[in-house]
Amino acid sequence: MSQQLINAISLGAVYALIALGYTMVYGVLRLINFAHGEVFMVGSFIGLAALSVFHLPFALAVLVAMVGAALLGAVIERGAYRPLRSAPRLAALITAIGVSLLLQNLGMLILGAAPRAYPPAIDPAPIAWLEERAGVVVTRQQVVILAATAAILAGLSLIVSRTKIGKAMRAVSEDRQAAQLMGINVDRVIAFTFCLGSAIAGAGGVFYGVYYGTADPLMGLMPGIKAFVAAVLGGIGSVPGAMLGALLMGLVETGVSSVTLRVSPSLVLTGSTLRDAVAFAVLIAILLLRPAGLLGRPGREKV
Amino acid sequence: MLCLRDVDVHYGPIQALHGVSLEVAEGQVVTLIGANGAGKSTVLRLVSGLIRPTRGEVLFEGASLARVAAHDIVARGVSHVPEGRRVFAGLTVLENLEMGAYLVRGRAAIRAALDEVFELFPRLRERRGQRAGTLSGGEQQMLAIGRALMGRPRLLLLDEPSLGLAPNLVQSIFGVIAGIRQRGVTLLLVEQNAHMALRVADRGYVLETGRIVLHDTAERLAADPNVRAAYLGE
Repeated sequence: MSQQLINAISLGAVYALIALGYTMVYGVLRLINFAHGEVFMVGSFIGLAALSVFHLPFALAVLVAMVGAALLGAVIERGAYRPLRSAPRLAALITAIGVSLLLQNLGMLILGAAPRAYPPAIDPAPIAWLEERAGVVVTRQQVVILAATAAILAGLSLIVSRTKIGKAMRAVSEDRQAAQLMGINVDRVIAFTFCLGSAIAGAGGVFYGVYYGTADPLMGLMPGIKAFVAAVLGGIGSVPGAMLGALLMGLVETGVSSVTLRVSPSLVLTGSTLRDAVAFAVLIAILLLRPAGLLGRPGREKV
Repeated sequence: MLCLRDVDVHYGPIQALHGVSLEVAEGQVVTLIGANGAGKSTVLRLVSGLIRPTRGEVLFEGASLARVAAHDIVARGVSHVPEGRRVFAGLTVLENLEMGAYLVRGRAAIRAALDEVFELFPRLRERRGQRAGTLSGGEQQMLAIGRALMGRPRLLLLDEPSLGLAPNLVQSIFGVIAGIRQRGVTLLLVEQNAHMALRVADRGYVLETGRIVLHDTAERLAADPNVRAAYLGE
């Protein structure tokens, strides 16, 4: 049981790192940035290059991936979304899907579709004394990734709640026009939000690569959708909501994975086939009960 | 200080302002009165750069604002208290005020502005840790005005500050307006409560369906039989 819990938290941590970008960008722009999963993918590959080509230490590789992903986020915002700032929202949404496909296919063109092996940057062996005393298999990898994720989430919370730019982000997401009347340069705040969200997703990409040992150009797809679901689950636009939603997604997926369902001798459903279906069913159920998500404020649509 | 010259504004196919010209001199309180939908708020939104004229010019201290972004207009010394208060409901009172001082540099300067606003609105000091969304309507209006003052504007645009407030609060809001004026801030005030507005203002403009039909000193407007009949309910 505690074993499953640790696996769930590890998975949830990666989802949280992606979900935060979705939720923050949605907050300031009311846009689902569907290219976000690809930012995660590119971050993962930058980390891969940093580790296996340039042989950088793990922490430095994460940092490089974050910076690279932040730059990519800024380029996407400037090139694809800003020109559409006053266009109908559907146009921006379709553009987001376009950017996502563009990055996937560019990735396949440049890197090939085959998965690449990720170097085990951190010792993947279980920590022996924990296994002996508590009977739980926890790897050093899991510990490092969890600690790093916790540090990133704490840093982000501090930025959003305490710094001037963080408060400006919240002001813009509440009322863009009123924010302008304060002298806030809304374009700059939106660009910053993209950079911040992308950097975090980039770190997530490296952790994911190290954890699962591979990276490929389509790796952003499923985690991207799951993280999006997590963000909606927690209440899109809410930073703590995204963290909570991601943790729940991790719990549900890990929980379902461990179950095997014998419907009939010929039809046996294993957890890994049910996993995604159940995850999305949970989403539907929660949204039926709480349309604004778990921590979302019931939306008073602005006029 | 502020000068509109022959300004037209369109919202899509609808023309909201027709050749509006007006002037606000430094240190004055100028009020715009008129019925709902006459275009009063449009004039303020135009000055703060939220909308752009389709014809004519807006000059602030002699310089055209045509190509100045809304946030840069704030930097030039114009603050706008929008209709409906528009406080940041999820931010605390203090955070709202900090946003008002977004362009103010230096901790000491922000501190001083904050003290001044708290002096004007002691209630805000008591509630500074509270989320703005939990304040009453009158308190939100105080916060909206205080937030605009944090930027130390030279021109303050006030849109319907008395709207929806209880009569005793209306009195105190107009008291505050007189206090702001004493600090040397120039005011352009949009009001439905023409009675009160003409009492604090030096000059007034009357807007009807996007056109200025009358302008004069506040005193003479208040005595004008047409104004009395249409806007003062006599």
